Amino acid sequence: MTTTHTLRAEALTLSYGDRPVVADLDLEIPPGRITVIVGANGCGKSTLLRALARLLAPTTGQVLLDGAALRSLPTKEIARTLGLLPQSPTAPEGIAVADLVGRGRHPHQRMLARWSENDYAVVAQALADTGTAELADRPVDELSGGQRQRVWIAMALAQETDILLLDEPTTFLDVSHQIEVLDLLTDLNRARGTTIVMVLHDINLAARYADHVFAVRGGRVVASGAPAEVITADLIRDVFDLDALVVPDPVSGSPLVLPRGRHHVQSPPAPPLPPTSSGAPDGTP
Amino acid sequence: MSVVQIAVGRRRRQRRRALITGILALLVVAVYAASLMIGQTFYSPTEVWAVMLGQTVPGASFTVGELRLPRATLGLLAGLAFGMAGTTFQTMLRNPLASPDIIGITSGASAAAVFGIIVLSLNETAVSMLALGGALLTATAIYLLSHRGGFTGTRLILIGIGVAAMLDSAITYVLSRAAAWDLQTAMQWLTGSLNGATWGTVAPLALACLVAVPAMLVQGRALGVLRLGDDSATALGVRVGPTRIVLIVGAVVLLAFATAAAGPIAFVAFMAGPIAARLVGPGASPLLPAALVGAALVLAADLIGQFAFDTRYPVGVVTGVLGAPYLVYLLIRTNRSGGSL
Repeated sequence: MTTTHTLRAEALTLSYGDRPVVADLDLEIPPGRITVIVGANGCGKSTLLRALARLLAPTTGQVLLDGAALRSLPTKEIARTLGLLPQSPTAPEGIAVADLVGRGRHPHQRMLARWSENDYAVVAQALADTGTAELADRPVDELSGGQRQRVWIAMALAQETDILLLDEPTTFLDVSHQIEVLDLLTDLNRARGTTIVMVLHDINLAARYADHVFAVRGGRVVASGAPAEVITADLIRDVFDLDALVVPDPVSGSPLVLPRGRHHVQSPPAPPLPPTSSGAPDGTP
Repeated sequence: MSVVQIAVGRRRRQRRRALITGILALLVVAVYAASLMIGQTFYSPTEVWAVMLGQTVPGASFTVGELRLPRATLGLLAGLAFGMAGTTFQTMLRNPLASPDIIGITSGASAAAVFGIIVLSLNETAVSMLALGGALLTATAIYLLSHRGGFTGTRLILIGIGVAAMLDSAITYVLSRAAAWDLQTAMQWLTGSLNGATWGTVAPLALACLVAVPAMLVQGRALGVLRLGDDSATALGVRVGPTRIVLIVGAVVLLAFATAAAGPIAFVAFMAGPIAARLVGPGASPLLPAALVGAALVLAADLIGQFAFDTRYPVGVVTGVLGAPYLVYLLIRTNRSGGSL
């Protein structure tokens, strides 16, 4: 299965109240690839993802799914093509894993219809693909953080969407579970051709797992392309305001960002801090 | 784990829910029947049945047909309405404290009714209409007050508790100025009672149930998805705004009409949902089981209030005695688990 669905933002402006967060942004998600949006805290990357998932209405501009504006499409129809895993989803107290994953079938079900054989088959496959099948009858609140995240991904899989958006799917997970989740998403992308778009904090994991990177700063895309081309010392300075050494990752060959802080830096010594344009040396304005 | 095993697990949970919902329905029918048979004179099921079919049975036609039947029906419908409305609020706000009798909506109805009785000296129908208006107005006010710059359940609960306290003090003030003969009527609006129920009191509530209950039950699955949070629900294709409005308006209508007919029967809305959830387990729509638990609670509490003691107590006193310890238990448990509101 190769996806032909397209997701595109056109002249998108997003604001919270009067404060614009993203201004006049154009962007096209490469179909069938893994796209990662990176940027500093508060740069608007999560806001952008929320708009792509129709959780936030644009102030101006629009998000287009297969060429049609999201707000013109019935939300249930969108939900059959476009899935989302929010940053911290809440599970109802005591719900069994299989029942939670079954909620993913909602966009495919009629209002009062019972579960079809296909619903069961899809849920079973989603549990198997995420390695959570043996947890099926356990309550979600008894699971560990890593297991729980896999269950949420299983729910998104049960939704059977060709595009899956994830807002920081590795937050609150230890390093082995982070790798586990990202490997799982890569499997999904390779096996089913699912278009994956996610926000990640860890620039090195982004560089390793992304086919395509959007670097966002101040609500604008400042760089877009394959990680090997985009992630450079200049970009890191530009986007994160951080001085860093970028070397090839000995494991994956992707760019590896090694930050130079003010401490624990071996020779050659760190270059001096860039002079600030305003302010006298003694600190008085 | 195979498809078959998952289906088996899911069907087992579903069967359990269906079975328990069925038992609850039978229980409601049983208590309803008992309310028709038991009284100063006992009438057999055959006699009661004959009256319900419209035949004339000496004695029973009046006692059962004119006194017990409206009373039991009012208890049944008010219980259904309180149970369903309460669990809707609790589920949607993901908090058992978010029951309409805690967050001031029933206080709104009571305050309006007491004001109508004592200050305006209105008749029964007008008082009911006023109570309805009070509930709707309070619900709207709480919603608007807590909606500024985003919507959070906790803020709504805290504002609701504050509004409830204000309204309760207004009630106390009005009562302190009341004439003795008005107090009797006004007290019904503070505890809730099925006394003096006629078909005239039952009819508006029955109509409200007929409209609101099906509209809300249809949203049951969407409510189940809403429990995952607004973002997930939207992502799963639920129209969060319209669904929430249907459920809130439905719940407020049920609550307002039930309060207008029977007074704020204490803690039924608050207890029914959690009891139902404990019985049928999580993951299912709590609406129908909670409605049944509510009905069973009101009918059983009314039987106890009427016949278990030397003095007859209004139903709200009995449910209050049951509900207050549960509220304390809930607060202690929330505290223990380190949670906030």
